Amino acid sequence: MIRTPLRPLARILDARQRGENPDAIERENIRLRHEEMRDRLRLRAEQRLLLLGIMYFCAFLVIAVRMGGLAASEATEPRAATNGASIVAQRADIVDRKGRILATNMEVHSLYAHPHQMIEPLRAAEELGKIFPELDVADLKKRFTSDRKFMWIRKKLSPEQKQAVHDIGEPGLLFGPREMRLYPNGALAAHVLGGYGFGREGVHSAEVLGTAGIEKFHDDLLRDPAREGAPLELSIDLTLQAAAEKVLYGGMKIMGAKGATAILMDANSGEILSLASLPDFDPNDRPLPALGDDPSISPLFNRAVQGVYELGSTFKIFAAAQAMDLGIVNPNTMVDIRGPLTWGRHRIRDFHNYGKELSVTKVIVKSSNIGTARLAQMIGADRQKTFLEKLGFFDVTPVELQEAKRAKPLLPPNWSELSTMTISYGHGLSASPLHLATAYAAVANGGRMVTPTLLRQNGPNLGERVMSESAAAASRAMLRLVVSHDEGTASFGDVRGYAVGGKTGTADKPMPKGGYYKDKVIATFASIFPIHDPKYVLVVTLDEPEIHAAGELRRTAGWTAVPVAAEMIERLAPLLGLRPTIEPDTLAGITLTSQ
Amino acid sequence: MRSILYVMTALTVIGLAFWAYHENYKTQEAIEKTSKLQREIGAARVRLSVLRAEWAYLNRPDRLRDLAELNFDRLGLLPLRPRHFGNVDQVAFPLPVFDDLEPITNPIATSSQGADQEQQP
Repeated sequence: MIRTPLRPLARILDARQRGENPDAIERENIRLRHEEMRDRLRLRAEQRLLLLGIMYFCAFLVIAVRMGGLAASEATEPRAATNGASIVAQRADIVDRKGRILATNMEVHSLYAHPHQMIEPLRAAEELGKIFPELDVADLKKRFTSDRKFMWIRKKLSPEQKQAVHDIGEPGLLFGPREMRLYPNGALAAHVLGGYGFGREGVHSAEVLGTAGIEKFHDDLLRDPAREGAPLELSIDLTLQAAAEKVLYGGMKIMGAKGATAILMDANSGEILSLASLPDFDPNDRPLPALGDDPSISPLFNRAVQGVYELGSTFKIFAAAQAMDLGIVNPNTMVDIRGPLTWGRHRIRDFHNYGKELSVTKVIVKSSNIGTARLAQMIGADRQKTFLEKLGFFDVTPVELQEAKRAKPLLPPNWSELSTMTISYGHGLSASPLHLATAYAAVANGGRMVTPTLLRQNGPNLGERVMSESAAAASRAMLRLVVSHDEGTASFGDVRGYAVGGKTGTADKPMPKGGYYKDKVIATFASIFPIHDPKYVLVVTLDEPEIHAAGELRRTAGWTAVPVAAEMIERLAPLLGLRPTIEPDTLAGITLTSQ
Repeated sequence: MRSILYVMTALTVIGLAFWAYHENYKTQEAIEKTSKLQREIGAARVRLSVLRAEWAYLNRPDRLRDLAELNFDRLGLLPLRPRHFGNVDQVAFPLPVFDDLEPITNPIATSSQGADQEQQP
């Protein structure tokens, strides 16, 4: 840039000639130069301001657009990471020992209404009445037109019902997702599974809670998210359970019983392979508990664990086993059975008169009350008490069922010598069939206690020793003779190839107000099979059986529970993978001494 | 020299900013994909559980028993009984298979060692 000189020589000389002050020229030039500089700077400042303005405008525009976007969109948490495996918040499935589903979950919908949003409440009520015949239309109309803001209509809808409700087209009828429990096998193993209900209910979800059975007992375990939805494996076998229930149902009908129960237990692990109680119910639609004094009339009543009854002569083997374990007697010791045995005002009688004396084996085979009472006298109250306590008859059974926790065995308040004698043949002490099965498992596995369980175990699970191996073996030999001997009380129970051993028990049913019914009994058959290689214990109990057989009305277990149990063993043993075998000869070494 | 430094710095900043934003977008995309996959897994799980429930429902013992009874003519299925166990001797012994053996063609070298020797008395 060519700068204009402040004092251009030509003009200065001119001005000097004319006598003017040349400084004026310089000042004029300085002024012009300043004006020019000022204009330039202003222009630049204006440009900068404009640029700054544009930048600010852009920045504010961005902020405005972003704010607008944020205001218009749904808020989400900013995420810098994602969780790895998703948490399975569902209630865990229940499966049988081979992984077949017993209980699972289904996603369904619940139906609720917002009456204030309804356009045609009366028509909606009419239409709902057509879809769900059980709804009270008049009541619905009243409630739809009231001031309520919210009401439940149905807790579970099938997809078809949901579509039908959707087709009504009423905006005030709303659906919420809901998880429900499904028992695909219906009434099968109903008493084991129990049932479910809803806990806290919301529009978006509801808690599924167990209300009975193992669902309630292991509620926390089933709902534990840390298990990641791993199913609860039961010891129950679906096939065995189905076969057992079918046979038991047939037996119950033939024997005219009003209830029945069967427990099949693995004698070495305590696993319950099948637990049936009839009448049963559908856990998908659990009935309401029965009202009144007698809970046993309700199908919800689990006879296997809640049916605390005197189990009659099935107890006799414990007296014999203990007497042999203590070395008081051996199977051939003769016992005085002259009756009636009078003790105070109480008289102990036998079903028949069996003569003057019998060997211990025959006492069991013929089921002599007097003989067993004599054995109990020899054992004494204290030792008997300790023995029965070890066998688990003093406590509730530890099986994983909610109902079992309250079914405490009934013991005599005062364990007198008379109690000792009556308890030895199963009167005066009430326990559940499961207690009995557990105690028989100890006889079967050679004298070790097992813990009855509904959860699948890996291998044997033997506990404390309660009797010697030899006493258990001798007891099993007696149980075999009860079935195989012609005079045995359970001769109908002999299943070819499976060497069943067991003991019958027929106990009079107690009246609710004290005393006993004359014509109502509980018939029980507790069995072990195969006796030469004891693996399984089966207890069958019939409630009030009656059958016309061989010309008279029979109620004893030998005519009622035993044939049912025999049929059951014949059906279940092949399913357990047991081949029919010929009984080894060793048991013949224990011979009956003839009188 | 200085201006080159400025330009380089500016370019570095721009480059880093681009890289950072790119990583951010990639992360967002990965998170989106994960959540989408998890939704799909959830849906698949629900489907699976429905199918398993249906399978269990269709295979319930009551139904199978009824079906076995209805189709008895064709299937002849009966409940398993002890007499259904067979013995090994009821099963025919399989005949030996000779197909894979070629006829013997090569000469068999039998030992003739010492055959021409005279026997010592």
